[in-house]
Amino acid sequence: MLELDKLVNLIHEGLTSAMPEMAWLVSLIEYVLIGVAFLAVYCVLALVLIYVERKVCAFFQCRIGPNRVGPFGIFQSIADMVKILLKEIIAITKTDNVLFKLAPFIVLTGSLCTFGALPFGKGLQGIDFNVGVFYLLAISSLGVVGILLAGWASNNKYTLIGAMRSGAQLVSYELSASISILTMVILAGSMQLSTIVEKQADAWFIFQAPLPAFIAFVIYLIAGHAETNRGPFDLPEAESELTAGYHTEYSGIQFGFFYLAEYLNMFIIAGIATTIFLGGWQPFHINAEWASGFNSIMDYIPSWLWFFAKVFALVFLSLWVRWSFPRLRIDQLLKLEWKILMPISLINMLVMAVWVLIF
Amino acid sequence: MSSSEIFIVVLLTAIIMVVAAILIGMLLAPKSNNAQKGEPYECGIPTRGTSWMQFRIGYYLFAILFLMFDVETVLLFPWATIMRNLGTMGLISVLFFLFILILGLVYAWKKGALEWK
Repeated sequence: MLELDKLVNLIHEGLTSAMPEMAWLVSLIEYVLIGVAFLAVYCVLALVLIYVERKVCAFFQCRIGPNRVGPFGIFQSIADMVKILLKEIIAITKTDNVLFKLAPFIVLTGSLCTFGALPFGKGLQGIDFNVGVFYLLAISSLGVVGILLAGWASNNKYTLIGAMRSGAQLVSYELSASISILTMVILAGSMQLSTIVEKQADAWFIFQAPLPAFIAFVIYLIAGHAETNRGPFDLPEAESELTAGYHTEYSGIQFGFFYLAEYLNMFIIAGIATTIFLGGWQPFHINAEWASGFNSIMDYIPSWLWFFAKVFALVFLSLWVRWSFPRLRIDQLLKLEWKILMPISLINMLVMAVWVLIF
Repeated sequence: MSSSEIFIVVLLTAIIMVVAAILIGMLLAPKSNNAQKGEPYECGIPTRGTSWMQFRIGYYLFAILFLMFDVETVLLFPWATIMRNLGTMGLISVLFFLFILILGLVYAWKKGALEWK
């Protein structure tokens, strides 16, 4: 079994036995290791996601995509990262300087702190509050503040319009996203992410209450997709009308942070959907006598592989949607949320409550 | 290690990462300055007037509606957690609460607050 929690325990025990008297030093080293590990996974995932996006997008458009840097172009995103570090950070005059520099911090902090709470596998969860779902919703909405600050502080008409659209879109779609998560909290009876995952050991939540859970899943996918500012919902940065939306004035690595956070948000939304609807790192089980052999084969696959496989399946779905549908207008966007998704998700929540009481 | 400690570690990591990347960028990147370069972008022409101007009131209306429903969701989370223990009585009490809120949504809908004019 290739479970990574053994490695984590091994490092902890090794450090404790090597330095028994200096507990503070052990904790310090572990803190640094945790920080480095999160940072490394975050950056590597961003590079992988950018490569996957470009390659998948190319295949949808009957192109080859990046193929020059390394075999099949796999080093393309590393080359891009180096390039973006070497670009000049243009000092724009007339901006609100403090807020302009603060905005990337807020966007990236919100993104990384949400990332830290995802259960990546058995024993591989950093932040595990008993109000985990609440924490996720709270900290992931920090991004809106960053985007509004970026748009306002740039002192540019395009960024202002982009930020306002983005703010309206993010806050609207956050409602149905949080109500569909609320629906699943009714089923789970807990807000702690580790408990939610454990309760799906026999059957994933989407199979435990098929009708309301499936509706909530679809609503969450639509709302989550809108929250990443992508696909048919990309009007905050509609290239043809607003240049680049709220980050028009940013250049160099400061622009890179927005780019990074956008791609990672796609992963985070898929990660939350996986944790809450698709069983997190739990393997797929069939609850029947005859399927015990099948179940044990499924158990043999490491838990972190399950998590990443599910997340990347959802990310692929998100890319598929992005490259298949035309952009919505802002009135259609708000109508979809307030007149369709909101009422459905409210009713769906009551259906789930009744379902839980009956079964 | 408690979750709060890890949270602080992750928070510091994010801040250190941004600071470090900006410092590396400033060290490696070329620098050049002129008056034109610092102008806000507006398709290559000089900006007309100020950009910090009035914008559409519709955004404000949706923000207010969001506030109403978000507070509602926050209040519903504790109920959702212990839904199984509360049983039917809990559901009925929440129905009253939801009824008032849905009345609010219906009112906003009828008033045309959800239209983008």
